[in-house]
Amino acid sequence: MKKLAIVPALRDGLIEEMRRDKNVFCMGEDISIPGGWGGVFTVTLGLEEEFRDQLIDTPIAEAGSIGLGIGAALAGLRPVLDMQYSDFLFLAMDQIVNQAAKLRYMSGGTLSVPLLIRAPVGATGRGAQHAQNMERFFIGVPGLKVVCPATAYDAKGLLKAAIRDDNPVVMFEHKLLYGSKGISAATGEIDASSEIPDEDFIVPIGKGIVRRSGADVTIVATLLMMHLALAAAEELANRGIEAEVIDPRTLDPFDWPLVEQSVEKTSRAIIVEEGPKTGGWGAEVAAGLGERMMEYLTAPIQRVASPDIPVPFAPALENVYRPNVRQIIQAVESLIALG
Amino acid sequence: MSTSTADLLEFYRQMLLIRKVEERLSQLFLEGTIPGTLHQSLGQEAVAVGVCRALRESDVITSTHRPHGHALAKGVSLPSFIAELLGKTSGCCKGRGGSMHVGDITKGMVPSIAIVGGGVPIATGMALAFKRRREDHVAVSFSGDGGVAEGIFHEAVNMGAIWDLPILYVIENNRYAASTHYSRNTKLEQLSGMAAAYGIPGVTIDGNDVLEVYETTRTAVERARAGAGPTMIEAMTYRLTGHNRRDPCNYMPEDERDQALEQEPVKRFKELLLRGGHAEASLLEEMQTKLETEIEAVVETALAAPDPDPEEAFRYVYAESPES
Repeated sequence: MKKLAIVPALRDGLIEEMRRDKNVFCMGEDISIPGGWGGVFTVTLGLEEEFRDQLIDTPIAEAGSIGLGIGAALAGLRPVLDMQYSDFLFLAMDQIVNQAAKLRYMSGGTLSVPLLIRAPVGATGRGAQHAQNMERFFIGVPGLKVVCPATAYDAKGLLKAAIRDDNPVVMFEHKLLYGSKGISAATGEIDASSEIPDEDFIVPIGKGIVRRSGADVTIVATLLMMHLALAAAEELANRGIEAEVIDPRTLDPFDWPLVEQSVEKTSRAIIVEEGPKTGGWGAEVAAGLGERMMEYLTAPIQRVASPDIPVPFAPALENVYRPNVRQIIQAVESLIALG
Repeated sequence: MSTSTADLLEFYRQMLLIRKVEERLSQLFLEGTIPGTLHQSLGQEAVAVGVCRALRESDVITSTHRPHGHALAKGVSLPSFIAELLGKTSGCCKGRGGSMHVGDITKGMVPSIAIVGGGVPIATGMALAFKRRREDHVAVSFSGDGGVAEGIFHEAVNMGAIWDLPILYVIENNRYAASTHYSRNTKLEQLSGMAAAYGIPGVTIDGNDVLEVYETTRTAVERARAGAGPTMIEAMTYRLTGHNRRDPCNYMPEDERDQALEQEPVKRFKELLLRGGHAEASLLEEMQTKLETEIEAVVETALAAPDPDPEEAFRYVYAESPES
């Protein structure tokens, strides 16, 4: 066991997978330039010596790089694409949604696309174009899987599971959870480090986890918001309210049984999401709970999410955008007040 | 070039097969038997056959929304090809693909990619895999003249070039991107001029001359297999049908179409065979009759095949991954 932040946990995961299977390789901008950064968030820093043949520095060409990754995957390799900022995924939507996600189906099951795309999300003082939570755009794309680890343990475990998965997977990582050092460190970071076992492990895709048990309300949250939900739950406990915090870890395919069991017990549900409320993944979870759990719910499903605005730059405005602990507590208390 | 008579006849047979299949498909479509739409390749047979005859089965191609000729030339079996267009489980994509996505990876054809430009990086990525594994396969990306205006085309060609990947970028210039003449889409006289921007060789050839296409491809394939990187080949041809089956082609000048009919590759090659004394007219007619009979039998079998079970719609969305 050793305690690691997300960045070194991801790095260890890549090292282990690239050693285990020479077909695994990383591709991206600035990932292994000698004297460079090892990727914008340093995940591949220092790997260039051992893995010179398994790291490819690409030009700035997100659509093309992902397209090449798809082709390489079709030919039997297992590419891991580093996207720098998830906002850049918009440049590559055709390759991800029309090509990677559909080739298996269009080929009648004869092809598979074992491709992992790693994409950092979250508002971190970089304005509107290096800040979005892109999960919403990739759920509901049949053929694609979407994972979002909130801890170092999950980051490593989901990374390894995704690399071994025969389907395209998009993994969203939160910049404020990375634990990056040096020039890549973000202000306002939250400690997401975990005890990481020495032996090989994966976190299965499609399996969520109960982060905190409670009988009064279910809070569903991922990434940074999961940590804020835990903080809110601690404060609520002081006020006599026991919140159950569920981290789905995978958004598609979604672990419905886990959330259903929780809501059966608590009869109240809140979804916390960084990103505009309209059209978020939280809306899908709310609709799903409405369909499945109406008989158990004693209060309306609540969503705590960002307002419907682009991510602002000024810290005073960004704070308006990012959901906070106080809002989560208020939402819970408003539900409890309904009886 | 030392091409035997048997080889020449095989070039002809393959082009004629594509022509006759396309003609039969056109009838089936007009009868309402084929669902959806059709983008046909009549007039472009020499590009498909000339390129694919220079490839091995283990080499791969990506194609476009107009893939019929490429599929047949690369060796996708006629029964599975026809069945796919009719939406049958016996189709090469089990009825999930249809006309715009035909392909069979066991024959070296990725199900064709109907987003213009979308297949170019995928072919390039396969070439990347071949190079990384030190396999001597080659990839070919087919694009139309319309495809070269897509940004993704340029991203992919650039990466193919900087990494010396074993790939050919074949631009099948049939003059029209849907209804828009290529001269409206570029300042270049020749689209192969784009190759210079990426530091790779580019040539423009007569795409209606199957032997010229074959020879040019062979040279480029040898170069790619030797590790010297990509070649861009612009093959000038002409689309003898509409963009799709509903297109009356009012934008094509009449004299241009008349000239294209004179230059069309199947007729030209037939004349070459007869003029060169490679075959008697009767032999070629016999070949045609045989092909037509074969096509008819395949169509009948495919029409009689069952439609997919609706329950099957849910299969093949995800690959099973035991390890995760």
